Amino acid sequence: MSQVFKFSIFRFDPDEGKKPRFDNFDVPFKAGMTILDALFHIQGHIDTSLAFRFSCRAGVCGSCAMHIDGKYKLACETQASIALNKRVTIRPIAHLPIIRDLVVDMKPFWDQYKRIIPYLMPGDVAPEGRERYQTTSERQKLDHVIDCILCASCHSSCPMTASDPEYIGPAALLKANRFVVDSRDQSTAQRLQMVGDEHGVWRCHTVFNCSLACPKDLDPAGSIANLKREATKNFLKKPSTR
Amino acid sequence: MTRHDVIVVGAGLAGLRAAIAVNQKNVKVAVLTKVHPIRSHSVSAQGGINAALGNNPRGGFDSAEKHAFDTVKGSDYLADQQSVMKFTSTAPEIIYEMEHWGCPFSRTPEGKIAQRPFGGAGFPRTCYAADKTGHVLLHTLYEQAVKYEQASERQNFQVFEEWMVTRLVVEDGVCHGVIAMNFNTGAVEAFLADAVIFATGGSGRIYAPSTNAIINSGLGMAIPYWAGVPLKDMEFIQFHPTTLLGSGILMTEGCRGEGGFLTNANGERFLSNYSDSAKAMEVAPRDIVARNMQREILEGRGVKNESINLDLRHLGAEKIMERLPGIRDIAMNFVGVDPIVTPIPVRPGQHYTMGGIDTNVDGASEIKGFFACGEAACVSVHGANRLGGNSLLETLVFGKFSGEAAADYVLSEGKPAVNPKAVESALEDEKQKFKTMEGGSGKENAFTLNQELGEMMVENAGIFRDEERLKSGWKTIKQLQRRFKETRVTYTGKRFNQDLMWHLEIEGNLDLAEAVVAGAFARKESRGSHFRLDHDTRDDEKFLQHTIARYDPQEGKPKLAYRPVELGLWEPKERKY
Repeated sequence: MSQVFKFSIFRFDPDEGKKPRFDNFDVPFKAGMTILDALFHIQGHIDTSLAFRFSCRAGVCGSCAMHIDGKYKLACETQASIALNKRVTIRPIAHLPIIRDLVVDMKPFWDQYKRIIPYLMPGDVAPEGRERYQTTSERQKLDHVIDCILCASCHSSCPMTASDPEYIGPAALLKANRFVVDSRDQSTAQRLQMVGDEHGVWRCHTVFNCSLACPKDLDPAGSIANLKREATKNFLKKPSTR
Repeated sequence: MTRHDVIVVGAGLAGLRAAIAVNQKNVKVAVLTKVHPIRSHSVSAQGGINAALGNNPRGGFDSAEKHAFDTVKGSDYLADQQSVMKFTSTAPEIIYEMEHWGCPFSRTPEGKIAQRPFGGAGFPRTCYAADKTGHVLLHTLYEQAVKYEQASERQNFQVFEEWMVTRLVVEDGVCHGVIAMNFNTGAVEAFLADAVIFATGGSGRIYAPSTNAIINSGLGMAIPYWAGVPLKDMEFIQFHPTTLLGSGILMTEGCRGEGGFLTNANGERFLSNYSDSAKAMEVAPRDIVARNMQREILEGRGVKNESINLDLRHLGAEKIMERLPGIRDIAMNFVGVDPIVTPIPVRPGQHYTMGGIDTNVDGASEIKGFFACGEAACVSVHGANRLGGNSLLETLVFGKFSGEAAADYVLSEGKPAVNPKAVESALEDEKQKFKTMEGGSGKENAFTLNQELGEMMVENAGIFRDEERLKSGWKTIKQLQRRFKETRVTYTGKRFNQDLMWHLEIEGNLDLAEAVVAGAFARKESRGSHFRLDHDTRDDEKFLQHTIARYDPQEGKPKLAYRPVELGLWEPKERKY
């Protein structure tokens, strides 16, 4: 018998008024096939009703984060070979409302992203006809924190985003830290105030799920720790200089 | 039906930059995008963005003129030269603007924006952020878009996420708006607008494989084409020399810009054996390198007869980790190869659509109120072959120009009135069309047809073309179009109806592929990316002209015409590197 990849996939359409279910699918073996390729095979040739997000298929756009075989992964970067010897379960990412099947409503995630003033605030007039200078060591501090693809794997793995819908969450906090550590940004105090309340960095219980889940090997927990440190230092400053 | 000033379709770099330009003129703008802006294909760009900044020690004598000349020579003289001058002379301010907005470019020891050498360029002028330049540019521009969205001092800036535009409404030479479908709810709605800007990206997915994102179908260009807007130079398809064996994922030109080698099965740097790449070697332009790689493979000197080695080992672990970390990740994740110890197996693959919606330098088309920019448009600044690092630049420069032109158009007096009845009747037609698609016989599978199309395009309209292949390819497209009528949309639910989405995209792929093949069939010469085995030299007498393809709704096929290239600065010469 020829080999097959075996999947059990979460299915749910809120319009149907039925409970969610899991459907089993067997996909013919192809060498080098990824989970995303397998989902396309199912959608094109087995069940056209299956819904999932996709775009770049190269691990950079952040569309296809899913809960695959017990872990948050990008479907495009994950080899289907894990589904050869056992049936692999695929679910949508967590802590977000489900639109249908593997597609979730990302609005709560983006709302938190938009909350932390997610753009550079240099506090001076840009120089005419040239860049703002930044030394290579200043630039080095941005390595990794700028690599976030906003796939929400961290958000979904975090127990605090599950219990506090107001919590800014690891992705948006990593983004806030990206500006705090940028030598060109002059609004650190304002940012620290914004992330320094009980729905901000202090909601983080340092569980480290975010850093374990990140498909880009980033460290949101480390970024949050830095924000905590900076927020504390800022708090201890004289009120006039805070 | 809702009423808008300017609608931008697509939210990659070109679309977002256009929307910001519109809003900067205090004009209301609505961005319709079928994926969240951050998921757009701009995010995948790796190598960099060109501007003659002179930040590299070897770039001190660079200038906008030299950038323009390299672009024109790279285009095999098919680019419009005045447009190219405007393009390259706007480049520095566009880069500085992105830096001021927070873009984290890599830096020189003096703290300036770092620049690396790229193919076909006389100086190192490609600004970069490691090998993730598109990622940092798109994230920076989206940050600015959020800023504009949140700002209260201007007119509205609104983003409609996961709305797919399916039809452009044109009547009597005037654009009246678009019809779009909301993926989340399945609602199909009419958008009346004074001006529409298409920034829908390239159409690489008419080929299989392609480096493009899965979302880059032919539909974005097919929608205006069906509505009567002509397409330009569609036969010019760029094949990138280094795409990963198997998945076809891009391996940036920066690999070679940083000093990587291309070697055949015998370990030989074969580019020295070809006269057009003997001097520049790995940093000759893409069309030339891709052809010479393909020749090696066809003549049996490829690795396992299917690939060429991209060898980075001599660069050393430190340089690879610093300059090309994303490339290393992709090679390890997708083919299990660590470029620090093993060469990467690559082959040329579809990468870029030089042609597109026919526009002038302001992004305006011949239809009043309809504009286009980015890869979806053809100004033309890339002519027959685009230089690496010029496409990111194109998105921002022409995004800005077309946004400004659309806003000026909306603010101008005496522009033609838009007609709500036209969009309402188009909405009814569109709903009827969707119904019809659900009632098809279902004898054929659209996904199978699409795969057949993609493979046929690589074979018959690929790196090497001739009359016979193009003729048989055209015949195949006609058959596929007929077979498409026997497909059926079987999923009829409302939320995220990707079955319907795929059928619309595939319908677009088929007609767009026909415009490519028709143009390639008629162009009996070799120029830039378009290489005819049966007409292997450039023919400036007959073909120093742009191909203009119009959709003929009666015949259901393209009608071709030609328009002379705008010269004036440099006389066409033979290209050698």
